[in-house]
Amino acid sequence: MTSIADIAARFAAVAPACDAWSIRVMRSRSESLSVTRGIVDPVGLGDDLGAMVTVQAKDGVGYAATSDVSAAGLKAAGRAALAWAERVAGRMVAAVDRKTTAPVKFDREDRPRQAWDALSRAAKIERLKAAADALRRGDKIVDWAASAAYADEDVVLATSDGDFIRQRRGLVVPGLSASASDGAETQTRTLARGGVMRQGGWDVLEDVGFWQAPERIADEALELLEAPDCPTGAMDLLLMPDQMYIQIHESIGHPLELDRILGDERNYAGTSFVTPDMFGTYRYGSELLNVTFDPGVAGETASYAFDDDGTPATKQFLIRAGMLERGLGGATSQARINIPGVANARACNWNRPAIDRMANLNIEAGDSSLEDLIAQVNDGILMETNTSWSIDDSRNKFQFGCERARLIKNGKVGRVVKNPNYRGISATFWRSLKGLGNAATVSVHGTPTCGKGEPNQAIRVGHATPAGLFADVQVFGGG
Amino acid sequence: MQQRFSEIADLIQSSLRGEEGFLANFSGENSAFVRFNRSAVRQAGAVEQRYLSLELFNGKRHASQSITLTGADDKDAVLAAVSALRAVLADTPEDPHFLINETPSSSARVLPNQLPGEDEAVSAILETGRGHDLVGLYASGPIHRGFANSFGQRNWDTAHAFAADLSFYLQSDKAVKVDHAGTAWDAAAFNAKMDGAKMRLKALARASKTISPGGYRVFLAPAALEELFGLLSWGGFSLASEKTATTPFIRMIAEGAKLDPRVTLVENTAEGLAPGFQEEGFVKPARVPLITAGAYTSALASPRSAAEFGVPQNGADGSESPVALDMAAGDLKEAEVLKTLGTGVYVGNLWYTNYSDRNACRLTGMTRFATFWVENGEIVAPLNVMRFDDTLYNILGANLVGLTAHRDLRLSTSTYESRSTQSMRLPGAVVGNLAMTL
Repeated sequence: MTSIADIAARFAAVAPACDAWSIRVMRSRSESLSVTRGIVDPVGLGDDLGAMVTVQAKDGVGYAATSDVSAAGLKAAGRAALAWAERVAGRMVAAVDRKTTAPVKFDREDRPRQAWDALSRAAKIERLKAAADALRRGDKIVDWAASAAYADEDVVLATSDGDFIRQRRGLVVPGLSASASDGAETQTRTLARGGVMRQGGWDVLEDVGFWQAPERIADEALELLEAPDCPTGAMDLLLMPDQMYIQIHESIGHPLELDRILGDERNYAGTSFVTPDMFGTYRYGSELLNVTFDPGVAGETASYAFDDDGTPATKQFLIRAGMLERGLGGATSQARINIPGVANARACNWNRPAIDRMANLNIEAGDSSLEDLIAQVNDGILMETNTSWSIDDSRNKFQFGCERARLIKNGKVGRVVKNPNYRGISATFWRSLKGLGNAATVSVHGTPTCGKGEPNQAIRVGHATPAGLFADVQVFGGG
Repeated sequence: MQQRFSEIADLIQSSLRGEEGFLANFSGENSAFVRFNRSAVRQAGAVEQRYLSLELFNGKRHASQSITLTGADDKDAVLAAVSALRAVLADTPEDPHFLINETPSSSARVLPNQLPGEDEAVSAILETGRGHDLVGLYASGPIHRGFANSFGQRNWDTAHAFAADLSFYLQSDKAVKVDHAGTAWDAAAFNAKMDGAKMRLKALARASKTISPGGYRVFLAPAALEELFGLLSWGGFSLASEKTATTPFIRMIAEGAKLDPRVTLVENTAEGLAPGFQEEGFVKPARVPLITAGAYTSALASPRSAAEFGVPQNGADGSESPVALDMAAGDLKEAEVLKTLGTGVYVGNLWYTNYSDRNACRLTGMTRFATFWVENGEIVAPLNVMRFDDTLYNILGANLVGLTAHRDLRLSTSTYESRSTQSMRLPGAVVGNLAMTL
């Protein structure tokens, strides 16, 4: 098989005459292993290879993606991209800015502590089978599964300006779930509902506590089956990291995407309650809130050195001491809106163009231990593990549901309750943040399924966060 | 493309050893994607993709590999996949739930290409957007699906389709969504739809109204019901979900709860756009009843679930989600919708639905796009977005007032990984009371 670097070079030899071009070649080799209700599921392998060619001609930009990476296929893609550039020249929403920095040469392969192939496939299946079997804690466990999916992702970006950037990394998505049922009632517990995706190899399963989790998950599902419903009322809400990460994602990450603010997403993913004039002046949250774009956290899902436009990625504060400073937008969006952004022009695969995406969007740790946070609460509730998420198209009015909650009375954690939900408004919710966990409470989360864009793209994002305590939140249960 | 897939199937066949067999699924498309914002082009280009999913089996052992067909090394890549899967079979146990179609049932459907040229469609969209704030996506081109197995079965399906999925914005989040999709461009129909959207846009210019949380009489347009059924399609009609008690319809199954007798849902493959075959080679039946006169009737059974739970398969894909959901029409005439609604909320679209309580089939979500406050059968004002939170048993059960006689054929505009061929045919619904919460 030809290397992806060779494919990029192959295109350079047949590129059309134009103002500028780039080619992004991506190969993703994957393996999916799972055990469901005691049966080893069929193994799924993948080898996904293709190229995205982008051409600038006059003031038009066109792209053509192809899985035909032969010289003839790439040449045809170049011609198709040029035709699109010429077709839309003079009719685009924004003029094209040419990159003016010196050519970049970069080649990096991330090595995990334990390679995915360090264990044989049979050994990995055997370990997953044991984890799945451990989930079956009685006859009331009616559905249970253990899984691990791996992808070896290798990407080259080359341009007519002489850039060559290659980044290769492993990605792992572990999964555990157990559903307990009795009559018309079913309760499910999971390993962060799949939200523990990390970069790495087989070592990721150890890092996320996979091997210790099955019995606890199953026991908690059974416990929920007997638990009372979550109460209704306004109260203090302590969110654990496996719920905090989706709260950050939906009510900080998406509203700060510059392409939403520019209106690109209004037909599908939506707009934003954040407007350009708010950067530098708007209090997004309490002084405890510090939000960073941090592409350098080891193992976090979207750590990278360059985005898919070739912009070098560095840590940036988006919100500092509660004040909004910077948006989530790559070079193109920054030029269009004249607001500082980050290196987050990303594509989910070779067959989609780069757009503004979340990457690693984190909350910096505070200084309270989990015990300190709980001790602050007279009447409240601790919620963990997201199970439901919904927010309006301006990313303001939200509702979230969690798998499990525990009541907090007079600074002590009490009984477990089921079907916990809460709702609020982004613009005011983060200002009610009154306690933030320290580094010991931080957990690194990530998901492969952030959806956005036209054509649609589901991309992986990371969120590292401590536990957070919020005042006076509307909480309610099921029924 | 069809010929090439056939040659690949023959290549796989010739590479088999002993008792080995194979299933091969092909998915390909040549798509034009043009993205618009503020009545100009934001991104434009083409995507040519060809994926082969090859499943190798030997007795009850089986494994699959998905590869891109590159055009450069297809023969080598296909043979390498066979070898890789052969090695996997040695590592894996027998699968008691393995069930495939062993009775060949070949078919071919190649619909004619009547698509407009890219210039025609793009120019028409830019022209209709002139003087307005238009945003959205135009997608067009052939979509291919193929199936082959070692029993000699060969299926092929080529559809040529386009979809203009657009929104006219007035300001902030006030917009009218409109789509124009099909297989042949009808300029008059396109212009009529766009003109209709621009007319509705004028109603959004009125001062918008904010309502307090509480119960409201509502009309859910077909596009709003599509969002509800989109959520319910994730597990709601699945045999595996039914048998593992994880279905949102658990109270229908375990306790006999019912929706309104006027609610009947079928998987209507015969009248949908999706191919008539599934991944294991089974032909989809024309119709599968799901909910009949408000009562849970049957689930979509994939071969794997069918084998596990000991029931017949009914042509479902592995996801056991409907691909052509069809809801029976009611008797409410289009002209009577506002009068029947009286005073309440006309909901053009819902958005971002999810569960508040899965066991209770309690759903939450937001209003979006053209949603209006109506008084005495007259549109009074656009409504600022509201969150609803209510059970399906209320929405399409105790509180259902009526369903429209007219149904919309809703063609999926989803383009995750590939362009969808799913569709829904749905009426609108007047609901006597819907809980609005935020």
